[in-house]
Amino acid sequence: MKDIQVLNIKSLEERAKIIRRYVIKMLAKAGSGHPGGSLSAVDLLVVLFYNKMRHNPQQPKWQDRDRFILSKGHGCPALYAILADMGYFSVDKLETLRQFGSILQGHPCMKTTPGIEISSGSLGQGLSVGLGIALAAKLDKKDYRTYVMLGDGEIEEGQIWEAAMAASHYKAENLCAILDQNELQIDGFIHDVMSSHPIPAKWRSFGWHVIEINGHNYKAIIYAYNEAEKIKGRPTIIVAKTVKGKGVSFMENQVDWHGKAPTKEEAEKALTELK
Amino acid sequence: MAEMIATRQAYGDALLELGERNKDIVVLDADLSKSTTTAKFAKKFPDRFFNMGVAEANMMNTAAGLATCGKIAFVSSFSIFATGRAWEQVRNTICYSGLNVKIVATHSGVSVGPDGASHQCIEDISLMRTIPTMTVIEPCDAVETKKAIYAAVNYDGPMYIRLGRAAVPVITKKEDLFNIGKAMILRTGKDVAIVACGALVSNSLVAADLLSKEGIEATVVNMHTLKPVDHETLVKVAKQVNAIVTAEQHVLDGGLGSAVACALSRNYPVPIEMIGIDNRFGQSGEPDILFREYHLLSEDIVLAAKRVIERKKK
Ligand SMILES: Cc1ncc(C[n+]2csc(CCOP(=O)(O)OP(=O)(O)O)c2C)c(N)n1
Ligand SMILES: [Mg+2]
Repeated sequence: MKDIQVLNIKSLEERAKIIRRYVIKMLAKAGSGHPGGSLSAVDLLVVLFYNKMRHNPQQPKWQDRDRFILSKGHGCPALYAILADMGYFSVDKLETLRQFGSILQGHPCMKTTPGIEISSGSLGQGLSVGLGIALAAKLDKKDYRTYVMLGDGEIEEGQIWEAAMAASHYKAENLCAILDQNELQIDGFIHDVMSSHPIPAKWRSFGWHVIEINGHNYKAIIYAYNEAEKIKGRPTIIVAKTVKGKGVSFMENQVDWHGKAPTKEEAEKALTELK
Repeated sequence: MAEMIATRQAYGDALLELGERNKDIVVLDADLSKSTTTAKFAKKFPDRFFNMGVAEANMMNTAAGLATCGKIAFVSSFSIFATGRAWEQVRNTICYSGLNVKIVATHSGVSVGPDGASHQCIEDISLMRTIPTMTVIEPCDAVETKKAIYAAVNYDGPMYIRLGRAAVPVITKKEDLFNIGKAMILRTGKDVAIVACGALVSNSLVAADLLSKEGIEATVVNMHTLKPVDHETLVKVAKQVNAIVTAEQHVLDGGLGSAVACALSRNYPVPIEMIGIDNRFGQSGEPDILFREYHLLSEDIVLAAKRVIERKKK
């Protein structure tokens, strides 16, 4: 298969800007959706898709591909934009987000969208699926890796901790979770809604290798993905501190921008900031 | 007397045979492998068996992940935990994604016995039938269970198979055909038809014998597939007898009775009487005592048959 060209940090940052612009345009057109958690995840996803994962947009079902699961499914505009930008489907499809008949459903649907590994949207379920894929890789003696992105509100779900326990029991070193730790969920700040801190200590106590980074620092993100690959005998979680709504000043750290689309004027303002 | 074997025993044996032939089969259990009988597979194929601990939600989705990589994932627990605790995992991740996961759950119905209501799942047919694209099967005996497990391997897609704890009489034969979605007519009569599933099939056959002694001839239909329900056979039989009794070890809401009523009311309405559990929980006790308490005995089916025949005369 044709190798995906690895980009340098400057090009990655440019790509991220383009992806953020797509996200704003898609949501404005759709009139609904989740900007905050899409924007916080962009940098982590851009490095993963453009620099790290082995995958082939022309052959989404290539058996040896690395897998990515967006367990926090509501962040899918960012993922859709990356998949389109990389050629999984044409970029014109992006403007059909959330419309009747679109391949781009409101939350990820593996049956309609090339590049989506599993349907998601109901929080708390993706890490378990990632574990199943990691176990299949071990059974088949394949070296592909599985990445699962989680939200920091999402990990309040009990199933996440069932999966955390099982992944470490099965020594799933080929499994890498990425926590988009933007400190916000729907009803407010994480620490106000549910006291889940300290997060890294919890994962360590479940037997995971933990890497803590700034989720908008490209050097750190690249380092974390490379480091995770070297860890043997246990799964790794990258706890990435992020800013919800990152890149659009009036959306940053604002709980209200979790699940509402920008108006036309707001979108224009956002797009000028993302020039 | 027919041989008595629990359907769950036949499941464990079928997995052993199939595991040998098909290396894509993997089995997951949630700390109940002795009871569900997947322990047999675990012993023979330890690499392809995953004990997921007491964590059913995670188990369902781990199976989903395995299925995305071409594995045929069998997932087992007690019915209440597989379909109740993990319902939304089954709905949102397995069925919505169309994955090849076979949920084979044991300990359905009040025939669980002494463990009581918490462990007697009487809602699972309804819970699983309601999910779009799901296939639901309840075999009536050990011989049919084995065929259902084989059929599950050859079918690509999500499936729920409902099994029991207690031994039940073997009433089908090795050579009987088993096709998903095709009901099996065990006996024919002109006056009434008894449509049953699971453990109630053998009770229905006994009921038909009792009725025959009183000059009433009954058809007995083994509706092993609860979704999709066999409309064609139902309508054919309804046209012949014009009176139906349904019989199941499940609540009346959303189970076999509901499915049959729904199919016939749309296609060929006839009077229907239903044997099943009417808006109650189970309780501790031996299965035979519970069958008496919840009116699931052959004698109850006989009475229902007489009632429905009276109704059709009117
Ligand atoms: C099981 C489940 N419960 C509730 C919701 C509704 N919901 C959607 S997003 C969200 C908050 C998620 O917060 P977080 O994981 O931190 O996401 P992010 O901040 O990255 O957007 C909730 C409760 C859901 N999708 N799934
Ligand atoms: Mg958050």
